[in-house]
Amino acid sequence: MSGAVLELVNVVKEYPGAPPLRALGGVNLWIGAGELTAIMGPSGSGKSTLLNIIGTLDRATSGEVRIAGTSVTAMRDRQLSALRSEQIGFVFQQFHLLPGLNATDNVATGLLYRGVPARDRRKRAAEALDRVGLAARQHQRPSQLSGGEQQRVAIARAIVGAPAMVLADEPTGNLDSRNGADVLRVLRDLHSSGSTILVVTHDQAIAGSMPRRVTLRDGRIESDEL
Amino acid sequence: MSATSVRRRLPVGDLLATSTVGVRSKRGRSVLTSLGIAIGIAAMVSVVGISASSRADLLDQLDRLGTNLLQVQPSNDVFGDATKLPSSSATMVRRITPVQSAAKTRTVSATVRRSDKISSSVTGGLAVVATEQQLLQTLGARVRTGTFLNDATARYPTVVLGSEAAARLGIDRADGRTSVYIKGYWFTVIGILDPVPLAPDIDRSVLIGYPIAEQLFGIDDAPSTIRVRTDPSQVTQVQAVLAATANPQNPSDVSVTRPSDALAAKAEANDSLTALLLALGGVALVVGGVGIANVMVISVLERRAEIGLRRALGATRHHIRSQFLLEAILLAALGGVAGVIIGTTITFGYAQSRGWRIDIPVTALLGGVLASLVLGALAGLYPATRAARLAPADAIRPV
Repeated sequence: MSGAVLELVNVVKEYPGAPPLRALGGVNLWIGAGELTAIMGPSGSGKSTLLNIIGTLDRATSGEVRIAGTSVTAMRDRQLSALRSEQIGFVFQQFHLLPGLNATDNVATGLLYRGVPARDRRKRAAEALDRVGLAARQHQRPSQLSGGEQQRVAIARAIVGAPAMVLADEPTGNLDSRNGADVLRVLRDLHSSGSTILVVTHDQAIAGSMPRRVTLRDGRIESDEL
Repeated sequence: MSATSVRRRLPVGDLLATSTVGVRSKRGRSVLTSLGIAIGIAAMVSVVGISASSRADLLDQLDRLGTNLLQVQPSNDVFGDATKLPSSSATMVRRITPVQSAAKTRTVSATVRRSDKISSSVTGGLAVVATEQQLLQTLGARVRTGTFLNDATARYPTVVLGSEAAARLGIDRADGRTSVYIKGYWFTVIGILDPVPLAPDIDRSVLIGYPIAEQLFGIDDAPSTIRVRTDPSQVTQVQAVLAATANPQNPSDVSVTRPSDALAAKAEANDSLTALLLALGGVALVVGGVGIANVMVISVLERRAEIGLRRALGATRHHIRSQFLLEAILLAALGGVAGVIIGTTITFGYAQSRGWRIDIPVTALLGGVLASLVLGALAGLYPATRAARLAPADAIRPV
């Protein structure tokens, strides 16, 4: 299965309770290198749970998760952390930039836990900012940037380590349509230069513009269109 | 791919930079948080510093004054009645070889007044004392102005004032034109002494010569006190034989004391008060530590998203724990260093105002900083552990 960035085999996630709440009921998904995929579904369909499991922020109750060919099921917390730092870039709806740091330092944080020396981190952060079109905003703090710019800084942080895949959780959810369009354009540009990107969204219009669309309903994949 | 390569620690520089983000971005809060520690450390450092400086000053004073001054006085006999020293006692004492000098004094029952217009019942707490000219040398006292008694002036109505006596009589010159009134006679003031730390009773006395005291007031020559300056290396030996020498017939009627013992005792006596103040400083320190723990717990709650983000970026639990632990330690260290500076400044100012030599034990300074570091680590332990235990998926999304 060469070229597989992500494989989910019969993934089940249950939250404890009486009766247990089944958020994912056996999900199978195969994502190849360089794909741009939208994961859609109404709220409560299990999108967030699926994203947490793909991002190794949470563990599946059963089933198999392989990232870049490696099974994460038996990994210890420390190994998962290392895997995240190297293979996965996250983009969040709320940007999650550190307010005390300027754009470059925020992006450089993406390399902090990989043991990259500070000087290299800054250099690569500047390059990543350039890729998202923010070369001129390197020294601004988040509070001095527009929402769209903040999200582009967050995207730069996600790609600065050249991860196997980028997970974007409602990346345009907090943005107006113009800024949202900017962010989507950046994601598409990254896709055309070879990045593997998963975008979770409930927005039909955004999903419709993606090459592949996976729809979740009640914790199962309802459709997978190419 | 090396997906499972494991890095456990951040380089020190990165760890410091990460841990100071919180401190730097909330400066006001950080300063207030470390204030408790600063106050505690400042209190402890200044208490230790001030008591050490005070002790150093007392010991300096002891060094200067010498511990070789002894004082011989009659005590009560076995029936509780007052005794007298034999009139020959001073002469006998001077014959002890290691005695460098000795001087007798005799209290005269008289009052000293500024003029005859003042009632004789107004004593001002001052004593009239007959003495010999050796007193000056024996006590190591200094004449502030004028001269001391000599063979000639001791025969005439002249008087030398102790420092306190001069102040109470309102006399600050000894130019031969000022007189005081003692029991019907006018005495000319010929000298004023500096304070004598080892003989505060002399400070409150006016001194006249033995001959004139015998002539005018008819005192007998039994001394009320003999002060003895000995060879510094033979103090105890002299002390042992003084009573028997001064009064061979009834040595037990003699009391021999060493005035410097009182100063030495004072140098030790500060300890209990110091311990109490130190304990208070310790309480302030603990309260400061609890304050840091409190603020850190709140900070962890506020920064859930940051913790989640860092976990998503690849931080391990260990990284998160180190970050928050170090942040607590840095806050405490900030307070500790500020406290050491404040405490040193207080000590410096206080010692200066008292004219003391400044003596702050280095252990107090190092101990202050070290205590704050340890306290910070203790205060940060619980919040840091909580931060590290947060599940990444829960932390990253606002609940």
